[in-house]
Amino acid sequence: MKIPLKVMFLKNFFLIELFQGMWLTLKYMYLKKKVTLAYPYEKGPLSPRFRGEHALRRYPNGEERCIACKLCEAICPAQAITIESEEREDGSRRTTRYDIDMTKCIYCGLCEEACPVDAIVEGPNFEFATETREELYYNKDKLLSNGDRWEVEIANRLEQDAQYR
Amino acid sequence: MVSIDLNNFWSSAFQDLLVLVGYILLILVGLVLAVSYLTLAERKVLAAIQIRVGPNVVGWFGLLQPFADGLKLIHKETIIPTRANPFLFILAPILTFSLSLSAWAVIPFGEGWVISNINVGILYLFAISSLGVYGIIMAGWASNSRYAFLGALRSAAQMVSYEVSIGLVLIAVILTAGSLNLTEIVEAQKGLWFIIPHLPMAVIFMISALAETNRAPFDLPEAESELVTGYNVEYSSMTFALFFLGEYANMILMSAMGSILFLGGWLPPFDIVPFTWVPGIVWFSLKISVLLFVFLWVRATFPRYRYDQLMRLGWKVFLPFTLFWVVLTSGVLVTFNLYPGS
Amino acid sequence: MINIAAILFYLFSGVLLSSAMMVVTARNTVHGVLFLILAFFNAAGLFILANAEFLALLLVVVYVGAVAVLFLFVVMMLNVEMGNIQKTAREYSVAGGLIGGTLAVELILMLYSWNTSPEAFEMISSPISKDGVTNTQALGNLIYTHYALIFQASGIILLIAMVGAIVLTLRHREGIRRQKIGDQLARDPKDSVSLVDISPGSGI
Repeated sequence: MKIPLKVMFLKNFFLIELFQGMWLTLKYMYLKKKVTLAYPYEKGPLSPRFRGEHALRRYPNGEERCIACKLCEAICPAQAITIESEEREDGSRRTTRYDIDMTKCIYCGLCEEACPVDAIVEGPNFEFATETREELYYNKDKLLSNGDRWEVEIANRLEQDAQYR
Repeated sequence: MVSIDLNNFWSSAFQDLLVLVGYILLILVGLVLAVSYLTLAERKVLAAIQIRVGPNVVGWFGLLQPFADGLKLIHKETIIPTRANPFLFILAPILTFSLSLSAWAVIPFGEGWVISNINVGILYLFAISSLGVYGIIMAGWASNSRYAFLGALRSAAQMVSYEVSIGLVLIAVILTAGSLNLTEIVEAQKGLWFIIPHLPMAVIFMISALAETNRAPFDLPEAESELVTGYNVEYSSMTFALFFLGEYANMILMSAMGSILFLGGWLPPFDIVPFTWVPGIVWFSLKISVLLFVFLWVRATFPRYRYDQLMRLGWKVFLPFTLFWVVLTSGVLVTFNLYPGS
Repeated sequence: MINIAAILFYLFSGVLLSSAMMVVTARNTVHGVLFLILAFFNAAGLFILANAEFLALLLVVVYVGAVAVLFLFVVMMLNVEMGNIQKTAREYSVAGGLIGGTLAVELILMLYSWNTSPEAFEMISSPISKDGVTNTQALGNLIYTHYALIFQASGIILLIAMVGAIVLTLRHREGIRRQKIGDQLARDPKDSVSLVDISPGSGI
């Protein structure tokens, strides 16, 4: 149905729709609550599935979980993971080298999915920007220390997400 | 004093000159401050309409933000592109900025508060605002860059088109006021501001002012999304800052013009006691602020016009309507014997 | 006492003449137009010295603010080739010289038969009568009272020229789809979108 010509003329002549738009923005200015997050001081909520910085976890007794099965290295679509392994004195198979090139990583989370022992995980930390590229080539020490630092959060997140797996 | 000896004459002339320079400096400093806080106000108003907070880190409520921005700009390197025409490239921002400042010579801030009360003040303002296009078109050409050139061409066509309707709006006001002198135009509005008899003209003036200052929704010359930033792509550091200052000073100038022509300049809204206590300059700056808020409000509300729509609006809508209004105004003035000075 | 008005007069007219010279000699056409603008400004300055501030500002508004902008617009778009200007100059020198020479002869002939009216010198020194009439008013009287008919006629001639230019260049091409703003505005937002419930797998 077309609007009758007379109504249309009046509507256009008095710029009714323009003023309606301006009234709308004015209402936003005074009536709406601000949504700004003062970022470094306030942060938005994170899902327990959030895929952030990587970490290698340990068992509660301090033994590292990773058994050097290299499934994560195999599945990594960006080929960011490099693993070398050897037999340890006690006869168990452990990694001697576990590197992740964080500049290659696409944060897909497949390494975490592939891991049979929940050793490599992507934690909640997303603020690990560095000033040089070299700092983003993570080695085993860095990953393990990440795991030690974020263990509480990571364990909590895994527990929350377990029911969906 | 009856006889004027030469010594005294020169010293008094010198004193006059000193006082004049003082006034000019006062206006310049005030204007530059106003411009810098207009940029902050713009960011705050836009933020508020987009339900954000806006700059609030530098100083209380971000009050020092303009100075931080200015410092940043000054510290940058002034880049002159190799294929540019250096003389015109540097001249363009200087021209834009100094034109936007020189217009303030005739603006009456209060009764008798004007540097130069010339009797064709409104024509002077109109001339200065029509010269503003040169800064932009020279910048676009001298940069030797496609984006800048396109922006300059758009700007030239746009500003020339909208000057026509602004000119006719001015004529309607001049007819009613009976003078080209800004002070007399304000004084003619004692009792009835021109916005009441000339409401459609006030709206057209406001919209044309948006086009004349290249502000959204008519910001085609700098259209970020299509021309990067149009005529000032190649500019950096102080040269860019001068363009920026010039554009905002022009906004303030257009608001001042609007408040002089339609909102009674320094006159209080009602000529009764509590209103007349407030000094005229306060009313004047209040009216300018309201109009500036409209500039920002419109920017936050409307999307950018397409170029052919802009031209259609200027030539096919505003020009006939303002022409009709000028004829109507003079007809009414003659028929009811209302014209001033009769 | 130094006569500031005289200094300004010679300054303005000197710059005016030299920039007018530059308009025709500048190798870059854009520079030429910019010199033309400078010439306009100096002419406006001369008008102000003659107490004709209305004319001065009108000159700035109309010629600098509008006409020269369009000149500049066109010149910048054209991107004139400055390569073989010497050759073209030689080619046209005969015809140009003839026309210029004729004009010069005509001017000289006219100057010989020039009669200066006795009041002219007074008029030069005070173009506006001194009885408190402003410049704008004096000009208005002249144009709209004494020479109203001629003024209106010249306006109509300009209008006809404009209409002619539009008629000559306007062409209606077939098959062009234009935006119909009236139709767009006449649509009612309420019935421009309809929700249809479609059962899965059946299509519309």
